[in-house]
Amino acid sequence: MTFFHFLRDGVREMLRGPRAYWIWLGVLAALFAFGALNYFGQLRDGLVVTGMSDQVSWGFYIANFAFLVGIAAAAVLLVIPAYIFYRKDVKAVVLLGEGMAVAAVIMAMLFVLVDIGRPDRAWHVIPFIGRFNFPSSLLAWDIVVLNGYLALNVFVPMYVHYCHYRGQEPKLKLYFPVVVVAMFWAISIHTVTAFLFSSNAARPFWNVALLGPRFIASAFASGPALIILTLQIIRKVTDYPVSQSVIDTLALIMTVAMQISLFFVGAELFTDFYSETNHATSMHYLFLGLDGFSGLRPWIWLSVALNLVAVTILSIHPLRRRMLTLNIACVCGFLGIWLDKGMGLVVPGFIPTPLGEIFEYAPTATELYIAIGIWAFGFLVFTLLAKASIAIELGKVRARPDVSRKPIVGAPSIPAVAHRD
Amino acid sequence: MSDERDHYDGQVNFSHYRRKFLKGLAQVGLAGGVAASASGVARAAWGGSTFQDALGDFFQNHYQRMTPEEMKDALARIERNAKRKFGVDITCVDTPPIPGVVFGYALNISKCKGYRDCVYGCIRENNQGRDSQVQYIRVLQMDKGSMNLERSEHYYEPESVPVPGKFYLPVQCMQCDNPPCVKACPVGATWKDPDGIVVIDYNWCIGCRFCMAACPYWARHFNWTDPQIPAEELNRATNYLGNRPRMKGVVEKCHFCTQRTRKGRQPACMEACPTGARVFGNLLDPNSEIRYILEHKTVFRLKEELGTEPKFWYYTDA
Repeated sequence: MTFFHFLRDGVREMLRGPRAYWIWLGVLAALFAFGALNYFGQLRDGLVVTGMSDQVSWGFYIANFAFLVGIAAAAVLLVIPAYIFYRKDVKAVVLLGEGMAVAAVIMAMLFVLVDIGRPDRAWHVIPFIGRFNFPSSLLAWDIVVLNGYLALNVFVPMYVHYCHYRGQEPKLKLYFPVVVVAMFWAISIHTVTAFLFSSNAARPFWNVALLGPRFIASAFASGPALIILTLQIIRKVTDYPVSQSVIDTLALIMTVAMQISLFFVGAELFTDFYSETNHATSMHYLFLGLDGFSGLRPWIWLSVALNLVAVTILSIHPLRRRMLTLNIACVCGFLGIWLDKGMGLVVPGFIPTPLGEIFEYAPTATELYIAIGIWAFGFLVFTLLAKASIAIELGKVRARPDVSRKPIVGAPSIPAVAHRD
Repeated sequence: MSDERDHYDGQVNFSHYRRKFLKGLAQVGLAGGVAASASGVARAAWGGSTFQDALGDFFQNHYQRMTPEEMKDALARIERNAKRKFGVDITCVDTPPIPGVVFGYALNISKCKGYRDCVYGCIRENNQGRDSQVQYIRVLQMDKGSMNLERSEHYYEPESVPVPGKFYLPVQCMQCDNPPCVKACPVGATWKDPDGIVVIDYNWCIGCRFCMAACPYWARHFNWTDPQIPAEELNRATNYLGNRPRMKGVVEKCHFCTQRTRKGRQPACMEACPTGARVFGNLLDPNSEIRYILEHKTVFRLKEELGTEPKFWYYTDA
């Protein structure tokens, strides 16, 4: 019964807020509806409404999917300091990070759903009822790890919130083992997503052992970038205490990850461009163009420029410590990696085709609209989760003593539980 | 034909319960369907299908798990759907592989002149979408003196072929013995049958296109939209794992013309080839022409270094 009240009060809190909150929710819902409308058009006419072709058979959707799995995995960068190093300041925001992971995994899954030709047959992947080609298919692995990660990031925070809601401390013995699993699981989701690409011997551009490490490194740069920006917004629009030390830690992690990530990119560029084998043609197409085709060239160079700006700011201590320059680095790094991992990784894998044909790809308006709808949905999910989480953690939403099993004297006045160990 | 099927996978036990469950659902659906057709809206509302056929398609089991009765229903549904869509009576059968046969293909590139008759013979035989330009065979115009696919010309259109200084390399599904596409498919909608042909259950494919990323020969093609075929051009003799009309959102590819070759006929591309460059046959028959070629000619296969073990060889007269 208390659990029911917990859910009811949580939802009630999500639907309560000032005018600006409702305008924000309204805008997101409208964008989502706009995306959904476009998706119905795609369902009716087929994926022909996208820019994809037999030559470039994955595009903007899968690019966003790969990027978002990285964002989801990056929540682990809050989980590790919070639970392993007992950083109280980080523990205060770890639940928000897990909320972001939930939103990112949902977005990633939606991007796969809108990409498949027969969403009506999605039930075929359900083990036993459908036919699940596990462990042979890497896509089957991805389905397992993403669903598992979603479950972990729903249930652990739900348990912690539920305890706080009842004015109790969560039992460490109960959830710590799950947190350890979730940590390794976070690495696994992005590794498996990288293997989805690198397992294809048919596509030399992806078929490199460095792809997995590259994915992790870039995720650990783009993820903190988004978390740093989000935490500042939360600090501004709510009275939730976000310690500056958390942002400093994340900025440092982002710096190192960005440096490693760019080193990996350099290593790949050297290997491909020095040997100049046929395996390098995709890379050649991406950075320099091939036979007069160079659709991706401006984007990849923009990505390189953004990443260099970000890594320069981050690597210079005074610049990293100033919020303005740090925020510039975060925006640049986030966009730079989005371009790099999205369009810069997925699309050139298909160009040229295994038979040497160069056929370019650019997303259509429909693809962009559907993508905007999914991103809006992710923001909506995060906003609602964060709203309820903050209210519970600040003690604003509490079980009434008469319904909680263990009445606590003066429960409503407990300040920010998140700060307690 | 369908009662000859005996290649179930290992999930039969569970399948029994699942079938019972789905049968229950289908009966509920049938009742609903009768009500829907009584109200006269069934046809328009269910994408050119009746409600019960749409439901039957939705709950249709994987090819390898269907009972003979379920297969009979599925084949009848395919025929009804084609009748509704094209206004044509087609026959759809499920032809099992012939025991003791593994098919292989050999192509003489000295004889190929780049006419593309195989490409168009294949389109007509296999009911490929005409507007969508799905083609199972791509003929590459290559510079003599090089095997670099990246310098191949795909859309050559000279006054006449062959062009001096060029040779022609037709590429289609290699029916790999170690097919990367089969490994990639998350739902097992594609597999290698005992006669070596890599087939697709078009009703099980979810359209994720992972197989297309995995294929090193660009053999797989996706129905980006509903395939359009003029009714009078439809090949009415169809096969479940072969040339039956496809739906949008699924992957298809060359299947060595299962509807012909499993009944002892030549594939359509071989029949269409005016130069006799193509040799098709049973690799297990030591007296077959293809075995003669493999034993007496210098042959090569595309991208052998990838370990896919294609069952498609090229050779020259020289």
